[in-house]
Amino acid sequence: MSLPTSHALGGAPGWTREFEAILEAYRQGGGDSNALQVPDVATLIVSANQVLVAHGIEGVTFDAQELPHGVKACIVVAPHAHIARTVHLCFGMLPAEGLQEIIADYEIGAGAHVEFLAHCTFPNATRLEHRMEARMHVGAGATMKYDEAHFHGPHGGIVVRPRAQVTVDEGGQFITTFSLTHGRAGVLELDYTIDVAARGVAEMTTKAYGIEQDAITVRELIRLNGAGARSLAKTRAAVRDEATSQVFTTTEASAPDARGHMDCTEIVRGQAEARNTPVVLVRDDRAQVTHEAAIGTVNHKELETLLARGLDEDAAVDVIIRGMLR
Amino acid sequence: MTDILQVENLGLHREGRDILRHLNLAVRAGEVHGLLGLNGSGKSSLAYTLMGCAGYTPDVGHIVFDGRDITTLGIRERARLGITLAWQEPARFEGLPVAQYVQLGLPSPDRERVRAALEAVALPPNVYARRAVDHTLSGGERKRVELAAVFAMRPRLAILDEPDSGIDALSLADIGALIRRMAGEGTTVLLITHRDEMTGAADRASLMCQGTVVWSGAPAEARQYYSTRCRPHIDALGVQPWDEKLPEVRAAFASDRSTAP
Repeated sequence: MSLPTSHALGGAPGWTREFEAILEAYRQGGGDSNALQVPDVATLIVSANQVLVAHGIEGVTFDAQELPHGVKACIVVAPHAHIARTVHLCFGMLPAEGLQEIIADYEIGAGAHVEFLAHCTFPNATRLEHRMEARMHVGAGATMKYDEAHFHGPHGGIVVRPRAQVTVDEGGQFITTFSLTHGRAGVLELDYTIDVAARGVAEMTTKAYGIEQDAITVRELIRLNGAGARSLAKTRAAVRDEATSQVFTTTEASAPDARGHMDCTEIVRGQAEARNTPVVLVRDDRAQVTHEAAIGTVNHKELETLLARGLDEDAAVDVIIRGMLR
Repeated sequence: MTDILQVENLGLHREGRDILRHLNLAVRAGEVHGLLGLNGSGKSSLAYTLMGCAGYTPDVGHIVFDGRDITTLGIRERARLGITLAWQEPARFEGLPVAQYVQLGLPSPDRERVRAALEAVALPPNVYARRAVDHTLSGGERKRVELAAVFAMRPRLAILDEPDSGIDALSLADIGALIRRMAGEGTTVLLITHRDEMTGAADRASLMCQGTVVWSGAPAEARQYYSTRCRPHIDALGVQPWDEKLPEVRAAFASDRSTAP
């Protein structure tokens, strides 16, 4: 089903209860639900496999189709369109069990400028899987900012598999943050591949917090294919109890004056385990890729400072970790 | 006035050296007590020992706070009794906003108190509240945030380790005023410094040298002693030269003697 652009304020009465419920979950997850109901804000709201809202504005169009277990959506930003207000995307699922699969195609026209804020809300998950298969194309000279924040419930029974193939054309910029720090991470298997053309920029920040038996896997591959391409891959992960974190970051530089940097910090507490595997591959003697990684427990002085404020050790560690993941 | 803090015959051995030895100190409830000493005299080690930091458990002696022996208590237990410490070089926290950091030691959220604390250290809340307590703050700004956090807590005993270091001269008056304000709110302050002018904010003062307190009394007298570089202590102690800096210090003392009026 291809939906015309419409807005929740204007109708779809049959979905009112679902819409209210997903808004409430969005609010509880820290989102500003009012922002989802503003007429001049482009908004896409998907609950399970229902498209509740696909509200485009000038320069931003949505084409969303419902699938048996999710939604296929095309998001197009017109060439040279400068979208003044952040585009809001909300993907959620209220039942405790099930599968949500989002197949998303982002086409950012040449010279356009757009920011996305994607909230993924699964407050009740006990046996649920959320998959995202995204193709993102950032046209020449365009800028795409894409922030994805997950809000999970306390049970940990969730598997999240965000996968993205990103292409940044000449002079384009792709800046993204993936954050899974609220509620139980469950099983996270993030997998992004970014190809960057000449003078393009890719910045990717990934933040995740695992507790109990959560398992976090982050795979990032950035290919700097064009002259003067730049990249930064920044990962912040914290694991405690018996949780695990594995970060595999690869940066390949194959063109003159390409510059890449990888920065990974992981905090590990209790019986948890953290691993970082950076790979640097340089094919041009005028290119340079650097990496830094630090894995360990929380800084002792930071911890003692907070203990001296009267916090117990668990609370102090939490403050330090959440600061790092902010 | 009763003593809220009594340190009795304290000794600390670390990394093969006597850091504190036979140290006695009494701090009266409600006073600002200046602790003057040269760099390396053991002031910061005493601060960490009083706070209960890891690695600073005394080998001998006792620390009594408000009549209770706290020598074996951990840092958090001491904090729960109302003791806190402003570090000489405060830690930095990635991503933690200033306002949240200052709020951490309060029993319940109190935005007005946080605002007042930031203003008390001359950090405009509208500029600093949302900034992170990280490397983007200068050393002086970070020190002020630390003082604001301690001030906001209204602790029973605040140990301020060199609160004046790294802060420009213009701000020393602010720091002194803040310390008096803390005392006015009922906080006992142990003011650790190597700048004798800071004792202007103190009610009493002690002089520390070579890991021990050698004298306590009026701030003006302490300042006088200190300005002659701990000469009384060196003379009285007949100190054994366990500090490699000692010959240099002694030479300086000798120079002072020859030029003193």
